Amino acid sequence: MDEEIWELRLYVAGQTVKSVTALANLKRYCEEHLKGRYQLEVIDLLQHPQLAEGDQILAIPTLVRKVPSPIRKIIGDLSNQERVLVGLDIRPIDPK
Amino acid sequence: MSTLSHSLAALAKAPTGIEGLDEVTEGGLPRGRPTLICGTAGCGKTLMGIEFLVRGIQEFDEPGVLMAFEETAEELASNVTSLGFDLKQLQADKKLRVDHVHVDRSEIEETGEYDLEGLFIRLGYAIDSIGAKRVVLDTIESLFSGFTNQAILRSEIRRLFRWLKDKGVTTVITAERGEGQLTRQGLEEYVSDCVILLDNRVVNQITTRRLRIVKYRGSTHGTNEYPYLITEDGLSVLPVTSLKLTHEVSNEIVSTGVPGLDEMFTRGGLYRGSSALITGTAGTAKTTLAAAFALESCRRGEQCLFFAFEESPQQLIRNMLSVGMDLRPYVEQGLLHIEASRPTLNGLEQHLVTIHKLIGQYKPQTVIIDPISNLVSVGSLVEVRGMLTRLIDYLKVKGITALFTALVSGRNANQEMTEEGVSSLVDVWLHVRDLEGIGERNRGLSILKARGMAHSNQVREFLVTSEGVRLLDVVLGPTGIITGASRHTQFLQEQALATAAQQEIERRERELERKRRVLEATIANLRTEFESVEEELRQTNQEEEQRREDLSQGRRQIAKGNPAPLAGNSPAAPTHS
Repeated sequence: MDEEIWELRLYVAGQTVKSVTALANLKRYCEEHLKGRYQLEVIDLLQHPQLAEGDQILAIPTLVRKVPSPIRKIIGDLSNQERVLVGLDIRPIDPK
Repeated sequence: MSTLSHSLAALAKAPTGIEGLDEVTEGGLPRGRPTLICGTAGCGKTLMGIEFLVRGIQEFDEPGVLMAFEETAEELASNVTSLGFDLKQLQADKKLRVDHVHVDRSEIEETGEYDLEGLFIRLGYAIDSIGAKRVVLDTIESLFSGFTNQAILRSEIRRLFRWLKDKGVTTVITAERGEGQLTRQGLEEYVSDCVILLDNRVVNQITTRRLRIVKYRGSTHGTNEYPYLITEDGLSVLPVTSLKLTHEVSNEIVSTGVPGLDEMFTRGGLYRGSSALITGTAGTAKTTLAAAFALESCRRGEQCLFFAFEESPQQLIRNMLSVGMDLRPYVEQGLLHIEASRPTLNGLEQHLVTIHKLIGQYKPQTVIIDPISNLVSVGSLVEVRGMLTRLIDYLKVKGITALFTALVSGRNANQEMTEEGVSSLVDVWLHVRDLEGIGERNRGLSILKARGMAHSNQVREFLVTSEGVRLLDVVLGPTGIITGASRHTQFLQEQALATAAQQEIERRERELERKRRVLEATIANLRTEFESVEEELRQTNQEEEQRREDLSQGRRQIAKGNPAPLAGNSPAAPTHS
């Protein structure tokens, strides 16, 4: 399981405050907890509106965890670290 | 002032193409604005939305986007296939886009600030990709179950409607009916242009659906509750007030199928396209009269539609055969269509639609409904009256001659008022009743009214014989019109009187004959007497003549010188001349 590469997608719509905040937050968590075993894709719906339908995106920003399954979605600017980790089901590394 | 009002264009409307709805809304939904359709479960909100889109594409060439929050595109497509809407084909033709929005709270975690820009982008993309003019958001309230932050949601929904308005698309938003307010989430706050309320009501185990326009900003609209139906061809709203009394009338006369009855009308029948009502208590041969009318219509070679709410077609045919009316050949020829159903089978509106549909299918010149009073079991009096008003109006507009029968209860038969109060709607009203005399019941028929022609005021007794309905001649007795056994008694009495009179005449003639013979004998006698007198007179005259001759001869001889015999010579003297 640890070997699995996490696929994350962040949907944003332009460079709004929320989107920028969300991206910054997400990168921070990933570096902290999933270093080296994640792929992050940022999709700007203003440029690719047709992609919104596939992942059932309504809210912006939305973070989608494609792998590992099941698909999880987290909406908002990801400012609450605890909820993001619970939402993505990331256990803190090296439980002591 | 006037130039100002002229320069202001009236509110543009987008016709829905839904039967009757455009009449109620006087042209359609407000173009480029959102319209809220709210109602309880199962009243056809989604269907109305889809029909709005499909008709928009098919009839007005306005592509549409359906954003479905509850059902997937496949489910929706199969749901409306039965109505003849091919969503798949429309999608392939790039006229329709169906976007299923799936909201599942269990999959979504909320952290921090967010907005619904994603929804806007999806919708915007869908609209732009096909150039949509119409948008349906099928139960946007589902969002409320997917997101916890109500403040964000509400402001976003408000923004969405504003945005849709700016885009200039005509939008239909469906919403579930809420307690004490129109929608569960109070969406009517945001949609202020047009609100349509659908209602699904069960009274006496029968469902009727009703539509009401709660508000329509900037436009007049019908304010009543209009029944509507979901038929095989989609939704159908039945406005009653939109039908005006402007139908054409015919001056042609059609027979009622009962010769004696025709004679009671001065013109010899009913006007074509008029509607007639036969009321009567139980067992007064209303159906028989109706069947006679149907039969007569078929004999003229016209299509006739017979709605039987009490008897099955076979039973009707058999019963009518027993009174000498054979309906079978016309059924086989396809001139007579008997539609039998229980009134409780459908709601009133469904009946009305069935009648409309069959009329459209068979294009009959005559429609018979036997009886209308049974429909009261389905709806309230007011509703039945409303339905009949609509039906009669419809038939009149089509120029169809209509005959209704109605049962009036025995207790208030003398009231002569049908419960449905349709009597004011019909042109001709016949009343059949029991004339109860001493130990028997007879059937009497009278015309209560006949618009546009004079008619008999008599109560005519009629018989249902094995050769059909026969009106009897009016028999007036000392106490009025006589029926039944009294009629028979009267007849016998009259016959006896007539015989007596005949005998009297014969007796007098014999008397006369006798007198004549006596007279003739007397004359013969007198003549004989006369003849003998004449004979005698002649004899005497002749002798006198002879004597005078003799006398003159004697004188001449004396004149010649011979002494004349004495004047006192015997009378026998002439004998030896």
